[in-house]
Amino acid sequence: MSRLSVRKTYKLYIGGAFPRSESGRSYPVTSAKGDFLANASLASRKDARDAVVAARKAFPGWSGATAYNRGQILYRVAEMLEGRRAQFAEEHGGGKRTALESVDAAVDRLVWYAGWSDKITSVHGAANAVAGPYFNLSAPEPTGVVAVVAPADPLLGLVSVVAPVIVTGNTCVVVASEPSPLAAITLAEVLATSDLPGGVVNLLTGKQAELAPWLAAHMDVNGLDLTGVTDADLALRCEQEAAENLKRVLRPVQEDWTADPGIGRMTRFLETKTVWHPKGV
Amino acid sequence: MTTSLADVAASGATLRAFLHGLPGVDRVGADQRAATLGTRSIKTSAKATAIDLAISMVDLTTLEGADTAGKVRAMCTKAVRPGGGAPKVAAVCVYPDLVAVAVEALRGSGVRVASVATAFPSGRTSLEVKVTDTALAVAAGADEIDMVIDRGAFLSGDYLKVYEEIVAVKAACGQAHLKVILETGELSTYDNVRRASWLAMLAGADFIKTSTGKVSPAATLPVTLVMLEAVRDFRDATGRQVGVKPAGGIRTTKDAIKHLVLVNETAGDDWLTPEWFRLGASSLLNDLLMQRQKLTTGRYAGPDYFTLD
Repeated sequence: MSRLSVRKTYKLYIGGAFPRSESGRSYPVTSAKGDFLANASLASRKDARDAVVAARKAFPGWSGATAYNRGQILYRVAEMLEGRRAQFAEEHGGGKRTALESVDAAVDRLVWYAGWSDKITSVHGAANAVAGPYFNLSAPEPTGVVAVVAPADPLLGLVSVVAPVIVTGNTCVVVASEPSPLAAITLAEVLATSDLPGGVVNLLTGKQAELAPWLAAHMDVNGLDLTGVTDADLALRCEQEAAENLKRVLRPVQEDWTADPGIGRMTRFLETKTVWHPKGV
Repeated sequence: MTTSLADVAASGATLRAFLHGLPGVDRVGADQRAATLGTRSIKTSAKATAIDLAISMVDLTTLEGADTAGKVRAMCTKAVRPGGGAPKVAAVCVYPDLVAVAVEALRGSGVRVASVATAFPSGRTSLEVKVTDTALAVAAGADEIDMVIDRGAFLSGDYLKVYEEIVAVKAACGQAHLKVILETGELSTYDNVRRASWLAMLAGADFIKTSTGKVSPAATLPVTLVMLEAVRDFRDATGRQVGVKPAGGIRTTKDAIKHLVLVNETAGDDWLTPEWFRLGASSLLNDLLMQRQKLTTGRYAGPDYFTLD
């Protein structure tokens, strides 16, 4: 007798839990060829609002954790991802070989960013020479809650935008790629089992146009990464909304995700704190 | 029923017989009713009205050991002008020793000063101390007194003691309104909540209040429902209207609006004014203001732009 296979329900990832969309909506996800793959949740602006609340709640703990600890956790994410290589390759779509290569690159990307956690301060901070008897030190600090619109590349692109935001101590709300959100939710399962505190990464699946403007306008969001926004009008509108509370904005870019990422994505969402300490001479 | 109410408190036995003769509360039914009413959708202009009404019903409260005169003054300023054109709140609620500070800060503003008294929050002291505590708070200028009942006596069935204490404190209040805190989190059953509500109202309470905010669970929707039914039935029986104040654990606009729906559907809109319904809260006000700003600006508000309290 043949067995009925158990199919996965793709839900959102908010505050370490996997809720359905508050709106109860979903949308069909198809492969590049047009075959039906699964239904994904169609997040509403209220889900985005809840995700921001979760991200804000997680911020003090995550930004207060030692850089060493954050690096370890990111490395742990890479370990768990490695263990699910085959599953990701299957959900990735495209040729099997390119899919596997992409998954491997995503694992490597996580390890690369994990290594940066305790080095970014040395590279991006400074001991400043000042005209007075002071130690003058500048240190980078995370900016807060960052809203990220992820690019179309389902796994490598997603990892490449999320890792640099969280490794420095920010928390984030991510709008996954609309046509290929399945890998994002599977990545959420990896994150949920990698000691990453709930709420540090919150993943929404749905329409960019429906979610991004609300996140861009949200007064409790401190940074906005528009990497995945393809519609120029939408990007412009988001940038204008973001100006209201002076969010740090990363404009839409076409990036080659296989290239060396550099540290620009990390430094974009850092603030600099400068301390003047009397020398006592 | 009206004829018997006058001499219900003639003795412990008659009081007990009356309170235990009240119909029991259907717990499942009350939970279900409160949950159903909680799903009402209040949007756009109705929501804007509800938010402003809720703000005007807030008893802005600070009851910490670490309270200072400065903190109370800051809170009073916020009570009068919550910001963004929002209406002023109903009252501020402080410990008795800070009443004078609040009275000074609120003079002429129309915001009332409420003070907890009677060895809040446990109520574990002698009647003399409770009465003196109340009298001092009133003398300092408190418009309203929030007293706690003796839950130990209530739970062991000594209803007359609870009754007489409320009567004594009410006498000490003079012109000040008396709110009686039932501390429903310690009463364990809805039947007890109903009995305590009636007991407090018979003894002369102007308001019945759910909780001190120091015990969890504090104000829950079903408990407020039972109390609203009690004040409704009490007015039907005696013609005297008594107010209700849920306090503790109401932190979001959604919670506040659920309570307003409950008031409207249970007691009726006679109670839907700050004179007869209050929300005891501290952090709720900021959430109401944030939701209010969301409605006016169309963007989600953030706590960075509101005063911390």
